[in-house]
Amino acid sequence: MTYAFQFGVLNQYRDQLLAGLWLTVEISAVSIVAGTAFGIVLASLRSMAGRGTRIAVDTYVELIRNTPFLVQLFLIYFGLPAAGLRVGAVTAALIGMTVNLAAYSTEIVRSGIEAVHRSQIEAGEALGLTQVQVYRHVVLLPAIQKVYPALCSQFVLMMLASSICSAISTGELTAAAAFVQSQSYRSFEVYLAATALYLALALGLRGMLALLGLWLFGRRAARRALVPVVEASA
Amino acid sequence: MIFHTFGWPQFWFLVQSMQWTVILTALALGGGGIVGFGVALARVSRIGWLRLAAGTYIQLIQGIPVLMILFLSFYGLALMGFQLLPIVAAGISMAVYGSGYLAEIWRGCIQSVPKPQWEGSESLAMTRLQQYRHVILPQALRIALPPTVGFAVQVVKNTSIASLIGFVELARAGQLVNNATFQPFRVFLVVAALYFVICYPLSQLSRWLEGRLHAGSRR
Amino acid sequence: MPEVVVDGVHKSFGVVEVLKGITMSVERGEVTALIGRSGSGKSTLLRCMNGLESIQKGAITIAGHAVTADKAKLRRLRTDVGIVFQSYNLFPHLSVADNITLAPRIVKKMGRGEARTVAEEVLALVGLSDKFGAYPDQLSGGQQQRVAIARSLAMRPKVMLFDEVTSALDPELTGEVLAVMERLARDGMTMLLVTHEMGFARRVASTTVFMHRGRIHESGPSRDLFDAPRTPEMAQFIRSDIK
Ligand SMILES: Nc1ncnc2c1ncn2[C@@H]1O[C@H](COP(=O)(O)OP(=O)(O)OP(=O)(O)O)[C@@H](O)[C@H]1O
Ligand SMILES: [Mg+2]
Repeated sequence: MTYAFQFGVLNQYRDQLLAGLWLTVEISAVSIVAGTAFGIVLASLRSMAGRGTRIAVDTYVELIRNTPFLVQLFLIYFGLPAAGLRVGAVTAALIGMTVNLAAYSTEIVRSGIEAVHRSQIEAGEALGLTQVQVYRHVVLLPAIQKVYPALCSQFVLMMLASSICSAISTGELTAAAAFVQSQSYRSFEVYLAATALYLALALGLRGMLALLGLWLFGRRAARRALVPVVEASA
Repeated sequence: MIFHTFGWPQFWFLVQSMQWTVILTALALGGGGIVGFGVALARVSRIGWLRLAAGTYIQLIQGIPVLMILFLSFYGLALMGFQLLPIVAAGISMAVYGSGYLAEIWRGCIQSVPKPQWEGSESLAMTRLQQYRHVILPQALRIALPPTVGFAVQVVKNTSIASLIGFVELARAGQLVNNATFQPFRVFLVVAALYFVICYPLSQLSRWLEGRLHAGSRR
Repeated sequence: MPEVVVDGVHKSFGVVEVLKGITMSVERGEVTALIGRSGSGKSTLLRCMNGLESIQKGAITIAGHAVTADKAKLRRLRTDVGIVFQSYNLFPHLSVADNITLAPRIVKKMGRGEARTVAEEVLALVGLSDKFGAYPDQLSGGQQQRVAIARSLAMRPKVMLFDEVTSALDPELTGEVLAVMERLARDGMTMLLVTHEMGFARRVASTTVFMHRGRIHESGPSRDLFDAPRTPEMAQFIRSDIK
């Protein structure tokens, strides 16, 4: 049997799809910024504060990294209200994505910090830098620069994983596509279109991150960020 | 199924549903491994267009959500006349997803075998096939083990997405139990814990293998 | 008062006493070489002098600063005392220029323009003006070590400490680094250097200190020491080094 593609149908649902696309962009952007900020703070705390803090941070990271994002969303969206805390679908998505990404970026930044050699710190101290200055210029900045490609891959994975938020009725791109397919019954066309949009988002995000890297760290670091990194995972 | 409170029968139901999570994981790693291995070899091939095709495939798979792969195979192919059972659709899409990532992981491993190994074996008049078979792959395998186990953790977690086409694995079982008990916090905590029980040992194993690999190469 | 005064310094790592009462001094503009077998405590002494290691007993005054545990005072000391390590320790994420200007800018609050001028000046001094924008991994070992020296010099130190700065280098790269140090010595920099280059020590250092098992075993004018060692340990050390 041959199938007649009818992409024309999608035109009448363009507004819904674009609204979904926009929400995907928004929740991804917010959670990437917030998750990275939390990740840097947690990784720093972990490397400076005492044993108790380190164990707490490690536990958080392991718990998040070893359970599915979908189940984390269920816990937030269905579990929190049961515990007396009402959250909307978009808020739940934002919390879930931020909490998830924060754990991964903590782990990535931690690996970067641990790769900074003790002699580097001494060289900074010997030049008269304060502890805070040493941490910022000799430990944290090179650590982040070193793991920037891994962070970028994680950002892309998070943006793609935002599609899972449709399961808790967050009206992002996948949910919009599901709505359109329920109206039009053109599932294949709808999901192909959504897939193409995700692909464009992923490529666009990579390009933007490369430019950001160029601006932050110069040509050398940015070139590496364009290539996906093997270890990264969501 | 009508449940009233979350008790042992419900817990047992969740535990039993884990077998489908494991089966899906096996399908993804098995099917994805076979395809991914081929794509990885193509990615480092000496034939330009093959390298390009493999690279495009990897970029494509890594540029779209797993959920889209699942929906495309489930709804899309159904409309085209292939009515797929959820297990088949889920298995195929997990394998496709796995292949895209495994190919990239293994490409990295193959290319991290030092260049002199290629040159050395070539100067022994080995064919390309013999080089792979006797020199490159045995070394690449050692390097590949830790990240592959690490990726298995991602696969286990991503099988939960199959619940969204109604396939009853652990996450879907959790939803069913929740629908009947209305104890979402307790139910999903248990579900999360069960995933953790599978994933955490794998994560630790990957980390341990990684450490052993580095300890070995330092000598 | 001498630029460096070390008075009865004891230093232990746990139960192991590594420095067992060191007393010595270096006059302003003088060069002193520190020699001795591996493990005799040379690096430890040098690291104590700018507070990278703490001491248990005794006192050190360097460039007018006492070595203390007080972090703020220690930082002031470190702006006046440069140290160069065997392993260069350049910051790999920064260009040569940024490696050199980082501390002047954030410690001495120098403006960008002024810091740049200083960087150009010290790079010229070590003969690497053309490497301004290069990154550490694009340089040879000898070039990296010269940048490390330039990085220290950019702080306008009163005293420079060198810890086996040529030990990690191939013989053909050693010369270019020693030449830079010799030039510094001629320009009147107060220097204390740990070295295995006996010829260099004899020629450039006015005084040589021979350390043995955590103590100063013998010291005096370099020529006298090398030409007529007074202790059998020193004599044997020189002999074994020539071989
Ligand atoms: N951080 C440390 N912890 C414990 N012991 C140390 C430490 N640093 C140095 N030591 C010990 O102190 C002693 C002196 O070391 P030091 O590095 O000062 O010797 P050195 O004279 O510089 O030798 P080399 O010529 O090999 O550099 C050695 O026995 C060494 O093992
Ligand atoms: Mg030493």
